[in-house]
Amino acid sequence: MAIATDTQFHVLAVDDSLSDRKLIERLLKTSSYQVTTVDSGTKALELLGLQDDQTNTLSYPTNQQEIEVNLIITDYCMPGMTGYDLLKKIKESSSLKDIPVVIMSSENVPSRIKRCLEEGADEFFLKPVQLSDMSRLKPHLLKRKSKDCNSSSANTCNESNNESSSSKRKQIDDYILPERTRPRLFFER
Amino acid sequence: MEVSRLQRRYIDFISALFHEGFLDSQFTELQHLQDESNPDFVSEVASLFFEDSERLLNELSRTLDQQTVDFKKIDAHVHQLKGSSASIGAQRVKNVCLTFRSCCDENNLEGCLGCLQQVKQECYLVKNKLDALFRLEQQILATGGVVPIMSKD
Repeated sequence: MAIATDTQFHVLAVDDSLSDRKLIERLLKTSSYQVTTVDSGTKALELLGLQDDQTNTLSYPTNQQEIEVNLIITDYCMPGMTGYDLLKKIKESSSLKDIPVVIMSSENVPSRIKRCLEEGADEFFLKPVQLSDMSRLKPHLLKRKSKDCNSSSANTCNESNNESSSSKRKQIDDYILPERTRPRLFFER
Repeated sequence: MEVSRLQRRYIDFISALFHEGFLDSQFTELQHLQDESNPDFVSEVASLFFEDSERLLNELSRTLDQQTVDFKKIDAHVHQLKGSSASIGAQRVKNVCLTFRSCCDENNLEGCLGCLQQVKQECYLVKNKLDALFRLEQQILATGGVVPIMSKD
């Protein structure tokens, strides 16, 4: 499969809240990403070509991936399938496990953050998500892209797999998030 | 009314909204995401929020009206409302939600009923304020002016 270097990255955003979906879509589009939004983990898996089989713990691909996705960003707290459940299903799937996953949550709970990172999440965003958070997505997308471009043999693949799994183990300290400050009331002409 | 007087009015009005705690910095974030290609972004997000909140408030009323109150369900709805109000910068709504969640934790029905009234009131207030704000914006634009915007820190 040829890697199209000039194609925009495609992000799949999952959030059950209407207004949050609109916000994340705008943030991503402003940052030049192609965006698809869905309102549930189940719909996300459908789009990704995975059947959510309730009786098995592993999901199996039913056919080709429906859409090509370079990153998945999902809310943590959703009715039915949580963002964590979705993360697990993605990481258990041989066809999807290499797609970077970002979790968003309105609650700053260290144990939750730790759990998500241990399950393979690449980033954790505290809501409300801001434009400045978007710059944290690029490194994960570029890392995947260069891995795809460079891996030509099984050995190379194994090396980069080991490297990426250790870099995934981010320190919990990275996520002691500061309080947001109020803006000064300052008007531009 | 001339552009500069309308702009002055707008600045005074929005400053008051921040000082009175109706809006917080997240609202400014939204304003910065609005541009010529998405000129109605803020009012669109606000509309979606009010649509969502109406649904949640109705659900909350219904759930609190049951013989046996399901506090977990109430908490889940309030959590949703808290999240979406935070996303648009509706600070007072968000703050009532924090109190509301405490009442849920305590299984405090009276407290929850009080919070429901309060949060309905705050949603109503901020909706009116934002409607007025957006009207002012349209007035400025209609007279050929630019809407002043606060800088982000």
